[in-house]
Amino acid sequence: MTAAPTEETPVPDLLYSETEDDLRAAVRALLADRCDAPTVLGRIESDTPYDPRLWQGLAADIGTAGLLVPERLGGQGATHREAAVVLEELGRSVAPVPYLTSAVVATETLLALDAQGGPVVELLGDLAAGRRAAVLVVPFSAARPGAVRPVGVTGDTLEGTVTGVADAPAADVLLVPATDGLYAVETGAEGVAVEPLVPLDLTRPLATVTLAPAAGTRLADGASAVRAVERGLLAGAGLLASEQLGLAEWCLTETVRHTRERHQFNRPVGSFQALKHRMAQLWLEIVSARAAARNAADALATASPDTPLAVAVAQAYCSKVAVHAAEECVQLHGGIGMTWEHPAHLYLKRAKADSIAYGSAGHHRETVAELMELPAP
Amino acid sequence: MTAPDAAGLRRRTRDLLAAHPPATTDRTDFLRARFDAGLAWVHYPVGLGGLDAPRSLQSVVDAELAAAGAPDNDPRRIGIGLGMAAPTLLRYGTEEQKRRFLRPLWVGEEVWCQLFSEPGAGSDLAALATRAVRDGDDWVVDGQKVWTSSAHLARWAILIARTDPDLPKHRGISYFICDMTDPGVEVRPLRQITGEAEFNEVFLTGVRIPDSRRLGPVGEGWKVAQTTLMNERVSIGGAAVPREGGMIGTVARTWRERPELRTHDLHQRLLTLWVEAEVARFTGLRLRQQLVAGQPGPEGSGMKLSFARLNQEISGLEVELLGDEGLLYEDWTMRRPELVDFTGRDAGYRYLRSKGNSIEGGTSEVLLNIVAERVLGLPAEPRNDKDVAWKDLAR
Repeated sequence: MTAAPTEETPVPDLLYSETEDDLRAAVRALLADRCDAPTVLGRIESDTPYDPRLWQGLAADIGTAGLLVPERLGGQGATHREAAVVLEELGRSVAPVPYLTSAVVATETLLALDAQGGPVVELLGDLAAGRRAAVLVVPFSAARPGAVRPVGVTGDTLEGTVTGVADAPAADVLLVPATDGLYAVETGAEGVAVEPLVPLDLTRPLATVTLAPAAGTRLADGASAVRAVERGLLAGAGLLASEQLGLAEWCLTETVRHTRERHQFNRPVGSFQALKHRMAQLWLEIVSARAAARNAADALATASPDTPLAVAVAQAYCSKVAVHAAEECVQLHGGIGMTWEHPAHLYLKRAKADSIAYGSAGHHRETVAELMELPAP
Repeated sequence: MTAPDAAGLRRRTRDLLAAHPPATTDRTDFLRARFDAGLAWVHYPVGLGGLDAPRSLQSVVDAELAAAGAPDNDPRRIGIGLGMAAPTLLRYGTEEQKRRFLRPLWVGEEVWCQLFSEPGAGSDLAALATRAVRDGDDWVVDGQKVWTSSAHLARWAILIARTDPDLPKHRGISYFICDMTDPGVEVRPLRQITGEAEFNEVFLTGVRIPDSRRLGPVGEGWKVAQTTLMNERVSIGGAAVPREGGMIGTVARTWRERPELRTHDLHQRLLTLWVEAEVARFTGLRLRQQLVAGQPGPEGSGMKLSFARLNQEISGLEVELLGDEGLLYEDWTMRRPELVDFTGRDAGYRYLRSKGNSIEGGTSEVLLNIVAERVLGLPAEPRNDKDVAWKDLAR
């Protein structure tokens, strides 16, 4: 997967189509209705951080869970470009739903198995229809299959512990990378324990998954499992950039709104150049993050040979922009930015957690170094 | 006459090539004939080098001419005339002015420069102090201009000067066309940080400009200048580049070819900048795709800011990467180059020249204010110069 520096690469489409604009409007309307900031704040401290009605509306009613799944398997037959738009909106409202983990990473992992029938196809149909949710049982920080310690297998049973699995508490099915392949395990099955952890990002729960031991259905052998996990993680990292973009946009919009209204020294604080320049700088970064995120989504959608580089560039760039936007949002809101009531902290926590998810910026820069033949000393 | 379509333009271009075969026609003669055929800038009016055609069809003409090996004008040498004087003349010039100036401007027979900035009026351009006093049919101009690229080559200049010091600063300015060969115009090279004199100072002492070379009404010069300045910013930072096409390409090649120079710190910084340069490339591509799709966004305002910061950081990294070689400089001899070249010469030159990228064409600070106020809708800082006569402002 080496992109030589001189290699001609296809010209990506970096704009939004009319279909994508319509999809955005539908998702945004649903989120405005069921996922405003007070609702998210109220829910995150409850025992059920996920809102089943919201997930039902998003995944099943408007059909976003099946965007990546072909129509013949029960999905919408759309692409990563459309899924990216959904993620922008979910990032904008820090929605506590397992979209990235189930509808993107788990779905993409299953799609990469290229099954023509059997349990993989059946599960894909369920995920696409929003009947069930699945997560890949790897630490949320995992960027490559090599970083995943597979679960042990004895006969037909799996035994092991994986910690830091995102959205596992919301999953019906666990996709478990094991020493000899990929398995599907029902979360309700005997021997399966999903223990919630206390996460930095309250809007995306983490858990420790323990199989001690548990029965699973084998979906793929070792080599195709590694390829599939790699594909799932690549799509996850690539589309996470769109979530980060939406998150950063919310932070800037709210900060601009706040500083136009808040008066100190007999002026709106947003009229002070010291603040204006920081917001203008953020705007510049967000304009660039949009180009990077669209490029990654388009590369995934068109199976461009440039995809690994496009994803690495998008993650190396967008995760920093999201954290910067959220940090500026807290600071430029002054004291209110430090309060629990104001949602700024939800965005900061999400942005910081996202900067670790599916590989840190530093990890993705190392990928750039490999692909572009810019080696370390 | 209705504007021609692509097929019509292709036919006209072929007719031009048949009547003036590039192989046997003098370069200047060919360019004049091209102008007269309306194929210079097809979106300009008939008789002024154009055919009132859509601007996007220029590429049809250019492709035909390039395929035939026809000579082209030199947009880099005549950049100020082409990018700033011409659109301003087109919008505000009289018929007589347009006919007199546009053809030699486009052909490149007459180079233009811009007499706007002054020692006391840079970012605050409307504070300018150069005076133009009416004397019969002439205006008599006295003052000093600065940062004037191409002044030593220019035949003509666009000039803004104060015609009424009793009005607030934006309202007492008029816009003129100045003949650089007139008595009283003195051009002195202004040596820069790089050792070169790319710019000039221009001293204007009793220069007489006939009223027929005023552009726009008396006192409306600031409005006319807005057309010029808008066109200046559009032209910065818009070009398509391949991967590693800009300053980053030079550093990446050195990194690959010179393993002995590598350090861990430089590696991290190189990768960060490589990613940012790649993202800037896609940002420019997205901006152009928006323009083509008829959805112009405000993103253009940001391109120059990103370009300046990246050029400065990458060129700074390059000097460090070169280590002992970075301690050396190619040549401090004062030269007066015809063209501005950001990426030419050696690493030290590139580093020093890049410092101008965040100043020329509007400082980064001013551009950030523009983004904050016009794009984000943030309130302006309170001003105390709007309703005060220029002569009463602190200087």
